[in-house]
Amino acid sequence: MTARGSISTAIPVSAARRSAPAMESGIVLWLRRNLFNGLYNTVLTLLALWALFVTLPDFINWAVIDAVWHTQDSKVCRQASGACWAVVAEKHRVMLFGTFPYDEHWRGVLVIAIVVGMSVMSAFRRLWSYRLFGAWLVATGAVFVLLLGGVFGLTPVGTHQWGGLPLTLVMFAGTVVGGMPAGVLLALGRRSSLPAIRALCTGFIEILRGLPLITILFMASLMFPLFLPEGVTVDKFLRAQIAMMLFFAVYAAEVVRGGLQAIPRGQYEAADAIGLSYWHKTGRIILPQALRIALPALVNEIIRAFKNTTFVSIIGLFDVLRATSTALQDPLWVLYSIEAYLFIFLLYFVFCFAMSKYSEHVERDLAKGRNL
Amino acid sequence: MSYTSAAAARAQPPGRLRLSLRDIWHNLRFRAWAYQIIVVAVIVGGGVYLIGNAQDALQKRGISTGFDFLLQTAGFDIGEAPIAFSSTDSFLRAYAAAFLNTLKVSVIGIVLATFIGVTIGVARLSSNVLIRTFASAYVELFRNTPQLVQLIFWYTLIAQLPVAKQAVSLFDAVFISNRGLVLPWPSDAAAFAWVLTAFAVAIAAALFIMRWATAHRRLTGHAVPVIGWTLALIAGAPVAVWLLQGAPSGFSIPQMQSFNFQGGVTISPEFLALLLGLSLYIGAFIAEIVRSGIQSVGKGQIEAARAIGLRPAQIYRRVVLPQALRVMLPPTASQYMSLVKNSSLGVAIGYPELFNVNNTIITLSGHTIEAIGIMMAIYLSISLMIAALMNRYNQTVQIRER
Repeated sequence: MTARGSISTAIPVSAARRSAPAMESGIVLWLRRNLFNGLYNTVLTLLALWALFVTLPDFINWAVIDAVWHTQDSKVCRQASGACWAVVAEKHRVMLFGTFPYDEHWRGVLVIAIVVGMSVMSAFRRLWSYRLFGAWLVATGAVFVLLLGGVFGLTPVGTHQWGGLPLTLVMFAGTVVGGMPAGVLLALGRRSSLPAIRALCTGFIEILRGLPLITILFMASLMFPLFLPEGVTVDKFLRAQIAMMLFFAVYAAEVVRGGLQAIPRGQYEAADAIGLSYWHKTGRIILPQALRIALPALVNEIIRAFKNTTFVSIIGLFDVLRATSTALQDPLWVLYSIEAYLFIFLLYFVFCFAMSKYSEHVERDLAKGRNL
Repeated sequence: MSYTSAAAARAQPPGRLRLSLRDIWHNLRFRAWAYQIIVVAVIVGGGVYLIGNAQDALQKRGISTGFDFLLQTAGFDIGEAPIAFSSTDSFLRAYAAAFLNTLKVSVIGIVLATFIGVTIGVARLSSNVLIRTFASAYVELFRNTPQLVQLIFWYTLIAQLPVAKQAVSLFDAVFISNRGLVLPWPSDAAAFAWVLTAFAVAIAAALFIMRWATAHRRLTGHAVPVIGWTLALIAGAPVAVWLLQGAPSGFSIPQMQSFNFQGGVTISPEFLALLLGLSLYIGAFIAEIVRSGIQSVGKGQIEAARAIGLRPAQIYRRVVLPQALRVMLPPTASQYMSLVKNSSLGVAIGYPELFNVNNTIITLSGHTIEAIGIMMAIYLSISLMIAALMNRYNQTVQIRER
């Protein structure tokens, strides 16, 4: 740094005033550096431009210019040559709220607001405290009151009527909030000095990780009821929720284990030396450091958990995906399924993209000061 | 570890051994045993209770348990079975057909996903801004949306393609319509299977020869020039097998008959959608692994390689690739596993893979527990097999510290 600085001050002033040659600054330079540096890149650029030229006008015509944005009559769409975005406007209630009673949709909107609001709050590491955990408990209570009803003059709604985005978000929040502690416990168990605990946790993690999520959901929805005593039933939503939680927990456990392994031995030994009990050592010394290391990877698992909520549609819960495919069974609008699926594609993308940018931010933030 | 018991022992005057309950409870060894016995007892007890419930329920419904049902007649058809399968075949054969379908889509999917991942991953590091932007957009879009939504999107898209009569064609040989993709196929498929086998065997033999040559060079210091020979073997063996079979050169080109295509080979919409859904999604993840793997190779390594006068191709082959592979391999293996496991999403669009067929078997046979057990055993063994293979390969690329 200093060497370069001293050279630049040594350059005569008159030389510094000379303006750069036309071909070596501004847009021409940018083009040469980024698009036409060498024969190979020039060919690539021309090919890419040609591909854009062939596809882009058609796509814009379809998606924007010839598209139908607003109509309640599917015949209008049939006559148009472009996309029929009107299907989203027409079916958005079913797509977003599924089988939830139509007049009670405002409750779903509140649930979405609560879950999204709490998730955004949880993203600020400044706010992490037991108070936030308490707030989550209160939020969970509020969500269940809003969705189930039956108190405060709210109409009761069974879990079989839950659907759409509220179901997706509640399933997601439940998976993470319930699965995270389970994952931490499993990770600790896998590194325990007690052989039976270690073997049980290792076996549980490895078996669940070796199976597709859908088979675990399927076990929960089809096989689990067989094992219950007669007359005892567990709600289908709850069964799916527990399956999702366990699946998330084993993946989170592996991430946390990675964090635990990165903690130097000296930390354990120092905690032992000052006579801390196992839980004090773990809760006050080891876990705070291990979770900090594992955080970016944990956020990636959380994103995966969000995407995985779509799997519950296969066992018959009305999440956004299934609600959408149900809405599209309407013979008048079935031709415009592509547009509707593109809409929910975008919906999921917004959530996941925000989370993945957050993960990158956390990773950069935590790396600060480590590479000094 | 043993300081508690040591302290307890010290507190006692020597010669008098009296243990109170309190002492026992504060003994670490005793506690460790107690915890483990309690946990194991709870789990075993819970398991016995649940299994007892299941047995009662099954007895009441008059369902027998056991694996005898596997030999019974299946009584259903599988849309596209890689082995001959009809409704008079047994459940066991249905499992075999379904397993082969899962294997087929997984293997082709892994090859395709790797190709996409390497191409896009390298493109993200391109100095060309258009290519770089396109690759980044691809990765962000496909990584940040659920695989199931993508899968259903592809399936819907294929279903809305023109009907077979107005199929979109490429050089009048490849046709794509709502019936799927129709490709030209060698008329003498068996002969070409042998040619492919010869190709695979030749590659294996070439690898073996190269390993021997490297070992020989290390041992004696004499380099054996084998590159030419191995290339000749890889190119020559398939050609020789092809010529031996009378050089069959006929291709069956698909042709539009009254309602459907004749000739060629048809790839069903279900298979096509599942293949796209699996490989485009996993490909985006592999692209990220490839990118970060290449970026993980230190600049100093490349500069040092340049300084000792290696050519760009040599730098890539001898310096960058071995180090990048070491970083890329473990996460790629878990992506492959995830691809195989998620092939079970075929159930959502009706591709007859293991999970889908297993559902049918459960409905028809009523042997829920056994069928789910078989399915889980198969998925677990595939996962463990990939893990074992990758560990094996991982050991060969790992740094050997001296």
